[in-house]
Amino acid sequence: MAHVHVNPNDPVEVLIEEQGYDDHFHEHHHGDKYQSSFIGHYIFSMDHKIIARQFLITGMFWAIIGAAMSIVFRLQLGFPEADLQWIKPILGKWITVNEGVGQLSPEFYYALVTMHGTILVFFVLTAGLSGTFSNLLIPLQVGARDMASPFLNMLSYWFFFLASVVMFYSLFLSTGPFAGGWTAYPPLSALPQASSGSGTGMTLWLVSLTLFVVSALLGGINYITTILNLRTKGMTMFRMPLPMWAFFVTAILGVLSFPVLASGFFMLMFDRGLGTSFFLSEIFIEGQALDRVGGSPILYQHLFWFLGHPEVYIIILPAMGIVSEVLSVHARKPIFGYMAMVYSILGIGFLAFIVWAHHMFMSGVNPFLSNFFVIFTLIIAVPSAVKVFNWITTLWGGNIRFTSSMLFSIGFVSMFISGGLTGIFLGNSAIDIQLHDTYFVVAHFHIVMGVAAFFGMYAGVYHWFPKMFGRFMNETLGKIHFWVTLVGAYAIFWPMHYLGMAGVPRRYYSFETFDAFKHFGEMNQFITVAAVVVFAAQVLMVINFFYSIFNGKKMTTKNPYGANTLEWTTPIETGHGNWPGKIPSVHRWPYDYGKDGKEFVPQIFPLEEGEVAGDH
Amino acid sequence: MIGLVAILIVILLAVIVVQLGRVSELSAKIRGEQEVELQKNNRTGFYMLVFLVAFLVFCVYSAYAYKDVMLGYGPHGAASEHGAELDSIFNVTLFFTGIVFVLTHIALFWFSYKYRQDNNRKATFFSHSTKLEIIWTVIPSIVLIFLVVRGLNVWNIVMADVDPEEEHIEIEATGYQFAWDIRYPGADGKLGTKNFRLIKPGVNPLGQDWTDLKNVDDFHPDKIVLPVGKKVRVRINSKDVLHNFYLPHFRVKMDAVPGLPTYFIFTPTKTTAEYRQSLKEYPEWQVPADPTDPSGPEMWEEFQYELACAELCGKGHYSMRRIVEIVSQEEYENWLSEQNSYYLSNIRNTADDPFIGQLLDQEILMRDKELKEEFSSALTGEGATTINLKNVFFQSGSSLLQDQSKFELNNLAALLQANSNVKVELGGHTDSQGDDGANQILSQDRAQSVLNFLRTKGVSAANLTARGYGENSPIETNETPEGRQANRRTELKIISK
Repeated sequence: MAHVHVNPNDPVEVLIEEQGYDDHFHEHHHGDKYQSSFIGHYIFSMDHKIIARQFLITGMFWAIIGAAMSIVFRLQLGFPEADLQWIKPILGKWITVNEGVGQLSPEFYYALVTMHGTILVFFVLTAGLSGTFSNLLIPLQVGARDMASPFLNMLSYWFFFLASVVMFYSLFLSTGPFAGGWTAYPPLSALPQASSGSGTGMTLWLVSLTLFVVSALLGGINYITTILNLRTKGMTMFRMPLPMWAFFVTAILGVLSFPVLASGFFMLMFDRGLGTSFFLSEIFIEGQALDRVGGSPILYQHLFWFLGHPEVYIIILPAMGIVSEVLSVHARKPIFGYMAMVYSILGIGFLAFIVWAHHMFMSGVNPFLSNFFVIFTLIIAVPSAVKVFNWITTLWGGNIRFTSSMLFSIGFVSMFISGGLTGIFLGNSAIDIQLHDTYFVVAHFHIVMGVAAFFGMYAGVYHWFPKMFGRFMNETLGKIHFWVTLVGAYAIFWPMHYLGMAGVPRRYYSFETFDAFKHFGEMNQFITVAAVVVFAAQVLMVINFFYSIFNGKKMTTKNPYGANTLEWTTPIETGHGNWPGKIPSVHRWPYDYGKDGKEFVPQIFPLEEGEVAGDH
Repeated sequence: MIGLVAILIVILLAVIVVQLGRVSELSAKIRGEQEVELQKNNRTGFYMLVFLVAFLVFCVYSAYAYKDVMLGYGPHGAASEHGAELDSIFNVTLFFTGIVFVLTHIALFWFSYKYRQDNNRKATFFSHSTKLEIIWTVIPSIVLIFLVVRGLNVWNIVMADVDPEEEHIEIEATGYQFAWDIRYPGADGKLGTKNFRLIKPGVNPLGQDWTDLKNVDDFHPDKIVLPVGKKVRVRINSKDVLHNFYLPHFRVKMDAVPGLPTYFIFTPTKTTAEYRQSLKEYPEWQVPADPTDPSGPEMWEEFQYELACAELCGKGHYSMRRIVEIVSQEEYENWLSEQNSYYLSNIRNTADDPFIGQLLDQEILMRDKELKEEFSSALTGEGATTINLKNVFFQSGSSLLQDQSKFELNNLAALLQANSNVKVELGGHTDSQGDDGANQILSQDRAQSVLNFLRTKGVSAANLTARGYGENSPIETNETPEGRQANRRTELKIISK
């Protein structure tokens, strides 16, 4: 029966053969015919590992574009007098030349800010992070051959790809891409008269993000189903590695909240194209009173933030999951308080749905309503604090290997603390009166869900790169990348807290008009310089990434980190179906590091006689 | 060319860095990977410590360097009653979060350093501790409850609408792409109604409904002027997209939403002059306001409170500035008295005026006062003895009095009765249009019909004479319609007193 060669010297392979579950996978070679051609293997692939790589590389493409945009608008903020003619070959008419000095036009400044936000939030930190690692890790860590529906999984990527194409196309419109902020509040986003980007640019923005919602839903349903139904024998819910819990809750958040966003988008499309007035009322614009009454712009904000808030957890939970795993593996210690970690993920996931209006304290909703949102918002700090303390305690007494992935995980915890604490200011509506829509908010969310999520993503990329490409990324470059990014990110965002306290509003093209805001020229220059340096470090990471795919140090053992989870029991070149023979069965939780004098005990090893399970 | 060189340099740098990475790996191979790895690991652990110290120093240093922007401190104190409260909650939160920040960072990086890899030591198997976890669930909960209670307490006071009975000033701010229009209620203290369909750029910028008499005295200043210590309710509107009414110094912020008026209530506590005085203390405010003019006024002297927009509203979002001035009650009243009603100065008697051809109560009252003054100054000899009866109107081409003339004539009748020894002549005047003779007769008839009216009101006929002057004594040119209108008039001349 068995056509699979088992190496008798490899206890892992022997164990899988002895104890594993035989689903007769190797006898069904017809499954491979879909993978045999180049197109089937690398492009319209249904293999979760290829799809993960597709998400990652598309995400990186967008990350570079999004970050490059931030450099351009940071130049405007830091050096408003500087001559930007040198980017005229790329930006064309958006650089206006006055007396030999090239200036960024305000319209395009706002388009850049808007695109930067949209791209980073949706395309990079949702698709690029959750899309990549949910796809890569879910089947591997729960012990499944692939996703529950590989076809939907493939569609999920290609809808994302379509969304990307539409958004990318919108960058080249003569009226410019959408420029009304990533939240796209109507009436600004609903009325083409209100801004040049609100014409075709906004139409494409809506089309693109609607496609993106489809992608997120297809992916999410798949992740949930796979985790619920395709766990291998012995893999109870509470034996799942923490990334699984994180991806699971992330997917649930997405599936429940993205449709609400879509409904908001549809209503906005109707307002734009069919003359409805869901979000419009009593508007006089361009010398004309519009016949659109009875709607409420605030309704859109409710619909948007009903996704928008869970969205920040959709971004940060996968990072938390990845970091929990990496910290444990490289500290050679079990993650501290596994159950508390799981319950805090569930708690955060639940609370994520009832805090959305904390983005709207100052938007004209009934102030009484804000009371509840303040309470729920600040309650989120409790499970978040528990997670932080547990991560720190995981380091305590460890035997820490500072790999690049570990460094980024530690950096993540630092960023999450710094950014999380400022959330306590902003979640308190009284303080928000002053801080709302200032640079304090910019600092807060960039640190807590921008930089922190990126750190989680980098931790994941460095850690699982060998699983994806069979080679390691260069560690020296990884460390340079880490230190420059850690120091640089704080250099960029820390000063913004002071700007925010001074009351400087965000989304200002220039501060010169206001006496109260114009005295921070040096600080803005400093931030811009730091941003350029950090951008260079990310380019370095990208170079390292692509260089290592082809020239990195080869992976010579299956389990280079001495990790317990199932993905490290697969062959170095993991083929379609993940395990060539039987699916391994699981006998213990994934965090038996340093237990009973053994450095690590993978999940597939049965408990020895008299051994007490590690999670007890 | 420069671009090409720049690209080449970038590529070169990338190659160098990549080679650097390779070299370090190759050298590790030569020197024995294990040992080198451990050395590197040690070094990285040490960097963790260095980072911790550098980071904490940087935090403290930067906070010190930017102490002037700390809410509630020194030159960044709040200028409103509730603002001081908000600043204090901010600082309490800063205190607690600051402690957490420092302690967790020390733990995070110190543990990283201390527990760096050591082959002679084994990691501790420590998977959970219910006691510890309860402690660090309960402590944050208590601190957060404290912050929530304190915050919401203030929030609900700040956001509560004013009791209509309570004394307060209500003004209105309307945002549009890309400026703010300010409206004050005028003497009646009430803002008139608006309708966005009535907006006419340059004519009726806010869409005020002129049939609403509350609009008559509303005025549109180009800055916000408020008295210190008085409660102000700002009604916040938008004409087109979302804006946000933001007064950074007063800790005031509220979205302007088309179709949904919002409000914010605050009480300024420092006049502009007082705030300038408090800034004067700080060296950073003692520099010239204009760096190119070192002998010019210093920065603190030029300080102004400002109104800004804090909700992205399009390409001019960053430029929606208005000045806010807080003054003493007396200065405020002086300022109020200098303001002109928008309606009376721009709309009255134009095609948009629904009351064209009618007299408004306010105008009648004002005219009554004016007539009395003119009459009494004519009697004392200080003023002219001829008074133009401005509000006496006739039907076109006839001597029939229009209804609204009765206000002026009733007032005049009362004055004449009270001064029964005064004899007056009522003079009719026409413009130069039409036949001279006919004008003469018309003016005589009109004077007579005023006389008759006054008699019916009980003025002694003996004190009244009527005389028609025809077109012979114009007071304005007869070339323009306005001039002709001024020439068609009825005058009162005091003959003896």
